[in-house]
Amino acid sequence: MSTAPQRDTYDVVVIGAGPAGLAATSTTASAGLSTLLLDENAGPGGQVWRGIASTPVKSEAVLGADYWSGTEIAKAARDSGAEITHRATVWSLDRNLELGISIGGGSAFVKAKRVIIATGALERPFPIPGWTLPGVMTAGAAQTMLKSSGLVPNGRTVIAGQGPLLWLLAAQILRLGGRIDRVLDTTPRANYFAALPHAFAFMTSPYFTKGLSMMREVKAKVPVVKGVTELSASGDDQLASVSYVAGGKRETLGADLLLLHQGVVPNVNLAMAAGVEHRWDELQLCWSPVLDNNGGSSVEGIAIAGDGAGIGGAQAAVWRGRIAARAAVTALAPDAAAKLPSLASLHGELKRAERGRLFLDTLFQPARQFRIPTGDTIVCRCEEITAQDVRESVAIGATGPNQLKAYRRTGMGPCQGRLCGLTVTELMAEARGKTPQEIGYYRLRAPVKPIMLSELAALPKNEEAVKAVVRG
Amino acid sequence: MFKRANGDARRSVTIHVEGKAVTAREGDSVSAALLASGLDVRRATAVSGAKRLPYCMMGVCFDCLVTIDGVGNRQGCLVPVADGMQIEIQKGKREIGR
Repeated sequence: MSTAPQRDTYDVVVIGAGPAGLAATSTTASAGLSTLLLDENAGPGGQVWRGIASTPVKSEAVLGADYWSGTEIAKAARDSGAEITHRATVWSLDRNLELGISIGGGSAFVKAKRVIIATGALERPFPIPGWTLPGVMTAGAAQTMLKSSGLVPNGRTVIAGQGPLLWLLAAQILRLGGRIDRVLDTTPRANYFAALPHAFAFMTSPYFTKGLSMMREVKAKVPVVKGVTELSASGDDQLASVSYVAGGKRETLGADLLLLHQGVVPNVNLAMAAGVEHRWDELQLCWSPVLDNNGGSSVEGIAIAGDGAGIGGAQAAVWRGRIAARAAVTALAPDAAAKLPSLASLHGELKRAERGRLFLDTLFQPARQFRIPTGDTIVCRCEEITAQDVRESVAIGATGPNQLKAYRRTGMGPCQGRLCGLTVTELMAEARGKTPQEIGYYRLRAPVKPIMLSELAALPKNEEAVKAVVRG
Repeated sequence: MFKRANGDARRSVTIHVEGKAVTAREGDSVSAALLASGLDVRRATAVSGAKRLPYCMMGVCFDCLVTIDGVGNRQGCLVPVADGMQIEIQKGKREIGR
């Protein structure tokens, strides 16, 4: 499975084997285009369908119908004739559509006529005091372990935050015999009113009944505290307790595990490093790529599908994948495109899948105090830089995230800003009285994931490249 | 912190954590196997020596960094376990040559 690419060039290279990437792959490969699907994980599914081909959790009721809907789409990709490589890290993509790929400790370059980036989302940073302590993880992390290894919490467990995934995870943990002591809901009360005008679309979407029944299932078994306005974790090199304020009252409870979640945001690193233009999304509070109707980005030949194109959920991701793939087929093999479903019908499906999203985005927009920390709360986990450090740097002249690197090394650790970038942008914007769009983001460059120097050194070199560095 | 749910029928795989044999299951990531082992598998950061455990389990946070078969700074959450794998917990900065 983890072998070097079989060819030097492909019609289409798809990056990421989640809902969007799998759907795109089966569309382009079935249309006869040479297609390479690259994915960092050991098997298909991305995060939402993680372990779809290998999970030890066989009971359909535990993971739910939405999870198992991935089986068919993963199978279609596998049977499509595409070359599918797992445990492959794409560390470079440039404007010439050349990709640097690390597989099994060695690197190779391939060229594509079209690239579809389907690198999905990651969980929004949740920078509260103590969030770096062992025993504090994301809800998604717990869900990953549940899906791929059948692992569930068995110590004193608190789940805190907001959004659909939080409730889904809680329900799955309980169904599988895991332990949850309390759910702390941080949804700001004002959001309920703000979301009201969008409620009708949501109530007529499939999210509504599913969401309600999941919340009921969890509330029947676990105490749920609503309106949490402050949250912190403490302990000596290990989580010992979680402290929170709700309705003006502070409470502290002992805990072995705290699972945090306040929504997901596009995973922008590869697309930004390729030069794709992004803009600050005022509703989703994150960077989203600037795209045309079919997912085409500001870089010719690069399309973005799935949650990386702006958060839309798994079903929307599938349709976005098909739309981006159809656009690639139209460009490279117009005859084959004629046999595919029309763009209008695909856009109709996408629109249906996106129904209710505005309501969710408004209701679950995280509160300011959980996005923009203060004092000695860590902002950059890698370099261990606090909110106060960032504010002091602004006070002595740091103007934006890129200058801040020189002051404090934020974003220069191994995670390359994935866990601090949004916080740094919003914090600096607030400190300087500017908008996040004006403040901007880290300038991202290849390699977008760390690779070994020996991998670069072992790459084939042409005479020109050798001449450029040889002395004399 | 975590336990295995009932009914997991996957094959057992033995890995060695700081020389100690640990039973994992085929398909576990190194990080999942470490968290399920019940051992103290906290790493110490390179910057301050603070203790950490994996945070995201999906390849973005790098808090799962671990030495696997002598190669340091691997993302344990992205590497599946294999029989005989030698795992060392990283304590502070990476050492030269590994």
